[in-house]
Amino acid sequence: MQHKVIDTKEVVIRFTGDSGDGMQLTGTLFADASALYGNDISTFPDFPAEIRAPQGTVSGVSGFQVNIGSSEIRTPGDFCDVLVAMNPAALRANAKWAKPTATIILDADTFDEKGIKKAGFKTDDPIAELKIEDRHIIFCPITSLTKESLKDSGLDAKAILRCKNIFTLGICYYMFNRPLETTEEYINNKFYKKPVVAEANIKVLKDGYNYAGNIHAIPNTYRINPAKLEKGLYRNINGNQATAWGLLAASEKSGIPLFCGSYPITPATSILEELALRKDLNCKTLQCEDEISGICTSIGAAYAGNLAVTTTSGPGLSLKSEALGLAMITELPLVIVDVQRGGPSTGIPTKTEQTDLNQALYGRNGECPIAVIAAHSPSHCFDAAFYSAKYAVEHMMPVMLLTEGFLANGSEPWRIPSMRDYPEIKAPVITESEETPFWPFKRDADRLARRWALPGTPGLEHRVGGLEKNNDGSVSSDPHVHERMVAERAAKVAKLADFIPDQKIIGDENGDVLIVGWGGTYGHLYTAVKQLQEEGKKVSLAHFDYIFPLPKNTEEIFTNFKKIIVCELNSGQFANYLRTLHQKFHYHQCNKVQGQPFIVKDILDAVNSIL
Amino acid sequence: MIYTPQDFKSNQEVKWCPGCGDHAILASVQRAMPEICEKLNYTKERFVFVSGIGCSSRFPYYMNTYGFHGIHGRASAIATGVKVANPNLTVWQVTGDGDALAIGGNHFIHAIRRNIDINIILFNNQIYGLTKGQYSPTSKLGMQTKTSPYGTVEHPFNPGALVLGARGTFFARSIDVELKLTQDVMVKSAQHDGTAVVEMLVNCVIYNDRTHSDVSDKDVRADRTIILEHGKPMIYGKNRDKGLILDGNKIKSVVIGENGISESDLLVHDAQEENPGIHSMLIDMAYPQLPVALGVIRAVKDKTYDDNVRDQVIDAREHSQIHCMDELLRSGATWEVK
Repeated sequence: MQHKVIDTKEVVIRFTGDSGDGMQLTGTLFADASALYGNDISTFPDFPAEIRAPQGTVSGVSGFQVNIGSSEIRTPGDFCDVLVAMNPAALRANAKWAKPTATIILDADTFDEKGIKKAGFKTDDPIAELKIEDRHIIFCPITSLTKESLKDSGLDAKAILRCKNIFTLGICYYMFNRPLETTEEYINNKFYKKPVVAEANIKVLKDGYNYAGNIHAIPNTYRINPAKLEKGLYRNINGNQATAWGLLAASEKSGIPLFCGSYPITPATSILEELALRKDLNCKTLQCEDEISGICTSIGAAYAGNLAVTTTSGPGLSLKSEALGLAMITELPLVIVDVQRGGPSTGIPTKTEQTDLNQALYGRNGECPIAVIAAHSPSHCFDAAFYSAKYAVEHMMPVMLLTEGFLANGSEPWRIPSMRDYPEIKAPVITESEETPFWPFKRDADRLARRWALPGTPGLEHRVGGLEKNNDGSVSSDPHVHERMVAERAAKVAKLADFIPDQKIIGDENGDVLIVGWGGTYGHLYTAVKQLQEEGKKVSLAHFDYIFPLPKNTEEIFTNFKKIIVCELNSGQFANYLRTLHQKFHYHQCNKVQGQPFIVKDILDAVNSIL
Repeated sequence: MIYTPQDFKSNQEVKWCPGCGDHAILASVQRAMPEICEKLNYTKERFVFVSGIGCSSRFPYYMNTYGFHGIHGRASAIATGVKVANPNLTVWQVTGDGDALAIGGNHFIHAIRRNIDINIILFNNQIYGLTKGQYSPTSKLGMQTKTSPYGTVEHPFNPGALVLGARGTFFARSIDVELKLTQDVMVKSAQHDGTAVVEMLVNCVIYNDRTHSDVSDKDVRADRTIILEHGKPMIYGKNRDKGLILDGNKIKSVVIGENGISESDLLVHDAQEENPGIHSMLIDMAYPQLPVALGVIRAVKDKTYDDNVRDQVIDAREHSQIHCMDELLRSGATWEVK
């Protein structure tokens, strides 16, 4: 077979195996090596909730997809060019994601009678059964080659088997002409206390690489040149890390220490983990006894003058509902991060969805409007978190930040910003007041925000709480006071619209179809709209970061399009929200509730069907 | 700064029922405040009173200090956040048996487990008052209430036992009518570093009147309660003629002078003993078998949560390579696009 090096702009690779096979690490290392090489990348980890589901079964299959390109990459790719499957179950679960032209690399050692049966195949020929005979299938004896490679390494049999993912990584590095250095460096750093393990992993990586070069079974190798990214210093970042760092950045800009009270919950946990590392930046984290304590400790910290945040996912947000009302009525700054996952109830915890929008907007007793902001990409979580904190502090109110599992775990290269380029955050902290005693709910004219009088300040002693109060802080159940305070608090949230940026449009300001989206679907919607525009279609995209309140020019934008289609990963929550606020438009819908992101084709089909 | 109790009274009208035991506790706390300020060199603006929901949880409105009236059961969590955010504040939680031990039980035990430096005043009237008379987690077994018309079939909590179970460092008990003792244990709880729980036996004149009267009535109180003092022998009784001894592995009440018992045979109270064994027996003592223990039953030294957090922050800031956001953003693997 003639070996060819193919120059390509974009390649999608999907690593799949048992949840104990180390596929997340393999994918991450491949993505990092590609990012450092200069490609644009987008990643999508797709794993089960179980840490180690029964070996060899479909329920235990863990996947990691990465899209690498020499030009702009906005999504992890719909279908893959290369599928790596470490066992029959992984192949069975993922064959549907392989393009008709795909190369599929399989660990031949796992395709024995037992493995094939365990994966649920009905025949002894998985390839025929899946009807993928026309794909380029490479059976590599990965397990036995790894054993052979490391037989003199000094590692025991179990430890040797754990290295087979790195052997596979070596094969992929050959296929895609990746440099080995960054991964060698990673291995040496990770196992610096265990040089034997480090040495074994590096050997197996190189052996995999050389094996791929020797066997001639691999028809082509790919060259993906570095992408022409904007000049600057870059790093790879995932959504949860970016969220944590955005909050830390807001703490620095405001000069107010960060406090995070949280309870571990998938897929939000790593925000708490990331913040727990940052005592060096004066951040205090408290792993609470439950979700309610997470928000209540944060409310207490906000009262005492910290920049307070609580992080959670859907079910945790449900538990926090009552306390959200408390934060709202006491008019304290608080950021609530909801990393959405598949619901209702426990749902599908490790899968992505946008189904908490209604809960974020309405999930409280009484008249309780809370500002809602959404992040649209892994790195955008940084800005979204920063501005959530800025508005919470400056407007003295809770702000809900919605991200998604897809953003939380996904990563992309990020041009590192300078803190010089971020605005100041000015907290309305006072040390004295004109009136005695101090009126806690007196408001400023611009924002309708109250002042922040911190415990410890002489002369400003006051009481806040969940009972309705008059502006002077006295408890009141007077009907007119209640109605006025309800209106004042709502007006304060609505007033945020004067401070957020206008909604932007990708594409022309008028046309046949306006695609409307919000949150983590941005990459897919962007890719779809660009493709439609290239085809000459008059389609534009309005992707909303500011959900409540909406940007002031929303209606004006909608007016200029013949049709509007709202695309979201739920049954139509944003569409229904728009129907209540901007009733004169007709909203088409494109929805998906499968715990999976859109594929670009979903959007193209939906838009084409109404064009 | 010299304060008087008047300095701690807010301008809000006190709205508890006439005859409610809460009035007496409010007065005792307001009297304790000037003494606490003097002894610990505190100023008034450092006090924060945090509460949940229930009659007792209206307390913060009546104190002219910083105050936070929270939601049902969550006062321990809110107070924890206040204290961790600013350890210079002196944080007081006011709660009831329903608020702290039913809906807020989880937060209560975890605050104690962490030994966060807050003072918890637990008003125990063995009833839900504000919702008008349902049984609480401390209601006596068999008690008839609106939600237990046939009598409760639930065993009550002993709050002190929960404190010990959570490895608490401070537990004291007083009665609403014991104004001086209440004032004294409030001062001692303020002096304690760590979670200090004071259980107040309090009368609900409307829904559970005389629930503590077996031990709180003036004419029998001295004979049915014992006020424990660290380092002193356990003597009680109107005539100071009764005492407590350890008989085998149980506490027993004896009469001094009878059966050859002298003062030197009595148990000497050691509140600072880390082993909770004796403290547990003292907390469990109940009328009619034994006198109810009052005063500071347990006060052991341990490092507080907020101190540990503060130390970690100081240490991290001293030794980390990361001092600001720009350094954090540029840490780890990065690459330059030219």
